Amino acid sequence: MSFEKVEHELHHRRSGRNIGVLVALIGMVGIVFGLTVVKVLQLGDAAKFEKFDHVARPQILPETEQ
Amino acid sequence: MTDVSLNEGLPNEAGFGDYVALLKPRVMSLVVFTALVGLLVAPMPVHPFIGFVSILCIAVGAGASGALNMWWDADIDAVMRRTAKRPIPAGKVQPEEALGLGVALSGFSVVLLWLATNWFAAALLAFTIFFYAVVYSMWLKRSTPQNIVIGGAAGAFPPMIGWAVATGGVSLESVLMFAVIFMWTPPHFWALALFMKSDYDDAGVPMLTVTHGRKATRAYILAYTVLLVPVAVGLAFTSVGGSIYGSVAVAANLWFLRGAVAIWRRDEVAAESDSYAVEKSVFKFSLLYLFVHFGALLIEAALRLGGAS
Repeated sequence: MSFEKVEHELHHRRSGRNIGVLVALIGMVGIVFGLTVVKVLQLGDAAKFEKFDHVARPQILPETEQ
Repeated sequence: MTDVSLNEGLPNEAGFGDYVALLKPRVMSLVVFTALVGLLVAPMPVHPFIGFVSILCIAVGAGASGALNMWWDADIDAVMRRTAKRPIPAGKVQPEEALGLGVALSGFSVVLLWLATNWFAAALLAFTIFFYAVVYSMWLKRSTPQNIVIGGAAGAFPPMIGWAVATGGVSLESVLMFAVIFMWTPPHFWALALFMKSDYDDAGVPMLTVTHGRKATRAYILAYTVLLVPVAVGLAFTSVGGSIYGSVAVAANLWFLRGAVAIWRRDEVAAESDSYAVEKSVFKFSLLYLFVHFGALLIEAALRLGGAS
C-alpha cells in the first residue's frame, strides 16, 4: 500500500482560496495572541495574575517570618 | 464525490477575492476612517494594539452586514446593471455561503470586540449590523423612498463605536459625529440619484426621484442640508472641536449649502442642458465634505495631544 501524494488539478485551482484562508487563520491566531499579551501586561503586577493559576504556588506568596 | 462533480461549474468558481467582495471593501474604507477618528478623538487613550483590533472588528462587522445584505438582495442585484456582477448574481458564490459568512463574521467581530474592549462598544456594533441587515435591507429598502435616510444611520454608527471603544459609553460628541454622517447621507445620495440613470425602478426599490419626482428630491436635498449645518458646526463647540475644526466646518457648510440651494433652484431642463453639472459638483464635494470634517477633528486631537505633552 503506498501513500504517494496525488496531485490533483483541484489543488492548483483552489490554491488561491486556500492561501487566503491560511493567511486569515494565521492573522486570527496573531490577534488573539497579541490581545492576550496586551491584556496580561495591562494587569500591572503579573504576580497577582499568577495567583489565579488554580495551583498552589508557594514561591509567589510573600515571605513570612517563621 | 467524483471528479465530475468537482469540475462542475468551473468558469464560475469563486476565488478568495469573491468572498472578500461580499464584504463590500469600498464601504469598509469609510467605516474604518470614521471609526478611527471616533476612537482617536476620545478623551481616553487606547492601547495601539487594542485600537487596531477594535477597528478591525468594526470593519469586519460592517463587512458581515454587507454579506448579509448581498444574501438578502441577491434577487434585485441580479436585475440591476451596477450590481449584476456581484458574486451571488454572477453565480460564483451560493446565497447560503454569503449568509453563513455574514452570520459567522458578525458573531466573531462582536464577541472579539467585547473581549478586546467593553460590552457597550460590542453591543453598539451588534446593533449596527442588525440595523443594516434587518431594518434597512429587509424592511425599509423595498418599502419606503425614505430608505436612504433611516438606512444611513447604519453608516453613521462607526464613529460612535470608536468613541465607545475608548470611553465605554456615549456622549454629546459621539452623538454629534453620528448626526453629521446621518444628515449628510440623504443630500449625498440624492445628488447622485439625480444624475445617475439607475435601474432601481426595474428592481422594485422605491427611490425618491421616482416616487416623489425630481423637483421634490431637490427640495429634500436642501432641507436635509439645512438640518446638517447646525449639527456639523455645533460639533466645533464640544470638547473634540476647536478653532481649526470650526473654520473648516463653517467654510465647508457654506459651500455645501450654496450647492444645495443651486440644486433646489434648478429645474430638469436647466440640469439636462449642462449635463447635471451642478448636481455632479455637489456630489463630488459631498465626498470631500465628510473627509475634511473628520480630518479636522483628527488635527484638533493631534494638537491637543501635542499641547498636553
